[in-house]
Amino acid sequence: MSLLEIKNLTVSFDTAAGPFMAVQGIDLAIEPREVLAIVGESGSGKSVAMLAVMGLLPNTATVKADRMAFDGVDLLELSPSERRKIVGKDISMIFQEPIASLNPCFTVGFQIEEVLRFHMGMDRAQRRARAIELMKLVGIADPEERLSSFPHQMSGGQCQRVMIAIAIACNPKLLIADEPTTALDVTIQKQILDLLVSLQAKYGMGLIMITHNMGVVAETADRVIVQYKGRKMEEADVLSLFESPKSNYTRALLSALPENAVGDRLPTVSDMMFEPAPSAAGAAL
Amino acid sequence: MSTTVLEGKNIVRDYHIGGGLFTGPRTVHAVKGVSFTVDKGKTLAIVGESGCGKSTLARIITLIDPATAGELFIDGNKVDIAKHGLSKDMRRKVQIVFQNPYGSLNPRQKIGDVLGEPLLINTDKPAAERRDLAMKMLKKVGLGHEHYNRYPHMFSGGQRQRIAIARALMLNPSLLVLDEPVSALDLSVQAQVLNLLADLQDEFQLTYVFISHDLSVVRYIADDVMVMYFGEAVEYGSRDEVFSDPKHSYTRTLFAATPRADVASIKARLAKKKAA
Repeated sequence: MSLLEIKNLTVSFDTAAGPFMAVQGIDLAIEPREVLAIVGESGSGKSVAMLAVMGLLPNTATVKADRMAFDGVDLLELSPSERRKIVGKDISMIFQEPIASLNPCFTVGFQIEEVLRFHMGMDRAQRRARAIELMKLVGIADPEERLSSFPHQMSGGQCQRVMIAIAIACNPKLLIADEPTTALDVTIQKQILDLLVSLQAKYGMGLIMITHNMGVVAETADRVIVQYKGRKMEEADVLSLFESPKSNYTRALLSALPENAVGDRLPTVSDMMFEPAPSAAGAAL
Repeated sequence: MSTTVLEGKNIVRDYHIGGGLFTGPRTVHAVKGVSFTVDKGKTLAIVGESGCGKSTLARIITLIDPATAGELFIDGNKVDIAKHGLSKDMRRKVQIVFQNPYGSLNPRQKIGDVLGEPLLINTDKPAAERRDLAMKMLKKVGLGHEHYNRYPHMFSGGQRQRIAIARALMLNPSLLVLDEPVSALDLSVQAQVLNLLADLQDEFQLTYVFISHDLSVVRYIADDVMVMYFGEAVEYGSRDEVFSDPKHSYTRTLFAATPRADVASIKARLAKKKAA
């Protein structure tokens, strides 16, 4: 049984100019212990689709799906309070801007322990012990001291490590990482990616990596979904995607990598495909 | 034949941080004696991670901040803004494009005014001529006349970066400092902006100082590469030298950390995963 199974997901936002379809009929399945990468440019609906799974979209969004099941439980049928028991515990998410995702008014220790109190019902001593264990796990030096640090006292890479600690605090079955390294330097990016992949293997989590960086995909994923303007362009395992991309869009994305430049011009996506009308985006390709 | 547009000798920049109630004053050595030369029509790339002093160096080259010590020559003339201030002529020679196109454009200023303002401040051209020049520049960077009266929020990230580049080129500078111009952009938009920069360089014989932490972009655009680490230039040479034979251990770390998107390295990773 798939860990997360989504069939025909559509998300639309009410805007002054009528409904805007951010996600138009996406199918997705992830198995336990699998690393799935969702690739696309801004506006491709990759984050919105995952926020819909988490139930984190604003009221202006309408989420429809034929099926959206996590571990056999239909997420669409759940009441908000039942859903809150799953989100943050069995499915958790880390975001792009680590410094913006942490609350500046509380110590990182408090923010890690908050999850443990809410979902695991641990007492104070257990929470502290587990928080220290988690900080060690994500590679923060002197965890006892750092628990009482505030987010502004830590670097971007350390904040992202704290975010990961919060996300894995309740041993989730599925971790969704939304552009986890975009705001970080290459050397830190490498460390964070290595950490995510090693934690994924150690705890047998499913991991969904949302990214626009083909390098990150190549370094982490087992399977890849390519999205463009709210539609799925291609789904393949990582090797065949890079070896023999099937859709024009994937080919265009790969050739826009600066390291693949031929001569002194970079091919751009618009060189390789015409700009389709927004409503017919997927069909035109 | 080649003329040197920019030369820096032993540039140092210290920041003095005043002490608080319980701490004494401190000095941060942001740039510790960096030297470089860039010839006309060439691109020098400065690479390094956050906090290594690359943006401080960019501000010194752009004549925004003075250097604490060292000499800076632009078109062969020594410039020292700490002593002599900055003349309008000097300002016209060097321009900068910043990293975040969302933050570097005034949200209440129309694009036409964004492009006209450098001319208004630094030249005495009449309004009609400023308008003509702005229209021409919009065309040059791949936008149209209809964009003249729009506000920044009506543009995408890539278009905004084109506007920022257009604004920098309004005064016909000889030297353009690009502070991470593509790191906030998507892959395909990044390719368009890099192509635009290459075209403009050919057309106007521009000299670029290109600051980045993305080595694959640097390898594509640079002629010379300088790698900075904690305020020092640990490696400086032609692109091919630096990429084929990195001397300093930090450069090698940087290369090893860059994710590789080729089939061979994916195969190696998958094989390793299977074995584990």
